Amino acid sequence: MTAISTFCPGCGQPAILRVMHGILKEKKVEEKAVLGLDIGCSLLAWDYLPINTFQTHHGRVVATMVGYKKAKPDSVSIAYAGDGGAYAIGFQSLLWAAIRDEPVTVIVNNNAVYAMTGGQTAPTTMIGQKTSTSPAGSDQMPVNGPELIRNLNKDAYIARTTMTDMKELKGHLEKAFEAQAQGHFSLVEVLSFCPTNWKVMGAELRAYVERMQETFPLGTF
Amino acid sequence: MKKQFLTGHQIVTQACIDAGAKHMFGYPITPGTEILTNWIDAAQTNPELTQLQTEDEIAAGFAVCGAVMAGNKAFTATAGPGTVLMQDAMSMADGMRLPVVVIIAQRGGPSSGTVIYSQQEVNLAIHGGNGEGMRIVYSPSTVEELYTHTRKVFNAAWKYRFPSVLLTDGFLLKTTQDVELSFDTKNEKGDITIFEQNKKQHIRNIYTVEEELYEELQRQKKDFDKMALEITESEEYKIEDADIVIISHGIVGAAAKAAIDILRESGISVGLFRPITLSPFPTDALNTLAGRVKKFVIIESSMGQLRDLVKQELDTSIAIKIDGLYKPAVGISVEEIVEKINLISK
Ligand SMILES: Cc1ncc(C[n+]2csc(CCOP(=O)(O)OP(=O)(O)O)c2C)c(N)n1
Ligand code: SF4
Ligand SMILES: [Mg+2]
Repeated sequence: MTAISTFCPGCGQPAILRVMHGILKEKKVEEKAVLGLDIGCSLLAWDYLPINTFQTHHGRVVATMVGYKKAKPDSVSIAYAGDGGAYAIGFQSLLWAAIRDEPVTVIVNNNAVYAMTGGQTAPTTMIGQKTSTSPAGSDQMPVNGPELIRNLNKDAYIARTTMTDMKELKGHLEKAFEAQAQGHFSLVEVLSFCPTNWKVMGAELRAYVERMQETFPLGTF
Repeated sequence: MKKQFLTGHQIVTQACIDAGAKHMFGYPITPGTEILTNWIDAAQTNPELTQLQTEDEIAAGFAVCGAVMAGNKAFTATAGPGTVLMQDAMSMADGMRLPVVVIIAQRGGPSSGTVIYSQQEVNLAIHGGNGEGMRIVYSPSTVEELYTHTRKVFNAAWKYRFPSVLLTDGFLLKTTQDVELSFDTKNEKGDITIFEQNKKQHIRNIYTVEEELYEELQRQKKDFDKMALEITESEEYKIEDADIVIISHGIVGAAAKAAIDILRESGISVGLFRPITLSPFPTDALNTLAGRVKKFVIIESSMGQLRDLVKQELDTSIAIKIDGLYKPAVGISVEEIVEKINLISK
């Protein structure tokens, strides 16, 4: 039933989604799970996994999943968004879902660019990083989402991890779903490859993510 | 049924509850705020009702989208600048055929405008999205209709799966009156869940191939036209022998009726055509009338949003004179209508 991936070859997103699905399967909550997708490359996951999935609008997936969860409190409500969807256009909804401790799980794919629209500056673009809207290199302070949100909610599960370490990724996602089951907000930001917009390939992708960690430290917050 | 002394806000809130709504998501804005506060009051003692005051109208609208996708009836209420923000979620509801219900309490615009009354949100209610405006829009003219039309809005939304609007205003919502709440149609089922346990759904609103979207829109249009045959509604008042027909909707329609009674006493043959569903528009009834009477006089509290709807729907082979009284964002009294028609019929 799983469709063929329409993500670019080498993209980090399918790996994240597969790890996430593995957990739902293991915990036997596939039926109760519902995956809401922001618009960004995340939209490509609309028919990728054998679980209920729907697209929303750019920046609106968190608000939609808040409503979904209200109507179906026993669901596992997952909002999957890019860094732009989460920390720019949808920031207000994300922060308020965290402040109100809404029991939804937000997974943020941090690829340091607006990938779907061709590599513009994102809230997570790093100082000096060149993008099509920062040709001279970005001089804008990158947004550290997890660190910020930690200050808004003491009960939430908040972490940053990377898709280059599947074991860590799995551990954080498991804890995030547990937090949702306990009635709390959770957010896991995942550093993730975008070979198409970074214009790097192979081993360089890992090196790129290592460099990202200087701006975006891994761990729980 | 016994009569109750209620505000328009209370009537709408009660209608939402009676329609089977379980969730309200809202952001305060005059003149719709009391629907949120009344709902929250009701939720204090009714464990079936939940509510959330969201961070803005965008979140309120999308939360409604989420709740209805989970299979529960849900709604929001907004006005003016909030109706503008609501278009984001309503556009998703357009694209995904979500039974989202929005109560719009029109206020003066543009911008923050004034806070109680207008009929300027007709275009937004119908055509505010980035598409063709396949939405269901009811415009009630009395407090009784606030109740029955809210019930109809929920039923239409869930039966036909188009986003549906109760388009009203602060004058009507703030009216307090003895009213008998009755509606004898059964509620459409609210538990048609998109996400059933054993049936995995993959739902999109973005298409990669132009033809796919084109085909989806053709299907929507077909469903919309079929639905229109079943729900399109209008009121005709004293039109049998009328030379002049006033066209008004909502609360102005009620004033027009009172004016017609006065004008008839002085021998002027005037009647009223009042679209109840502004979308789908009662086109056939309009054109039948247009072929028969001498003149239409469109009267509305906007610069011509109803007039434009009428002109758009009018059969171009029919030559009919159109006059109008257009008063954006101010109320229109019975006396003004009498005066206008007197002037015309001289
Ligand atoms: C309201 C709105 N504005 C702009 C867009 C265009 N748009 C689509 S995806 C996107 C950026 C996506 O970036 P991100 O959220 O980081 O996801 P990524 O593609 O990098 O995975 C933009 C600006 C849109 N779809 N909707
Ligand atoms: S553009 Fe980047 S993020 Fe989008 S699918 Fe391709 S590699 Fe993945
Ligand atoms: Mg991105």
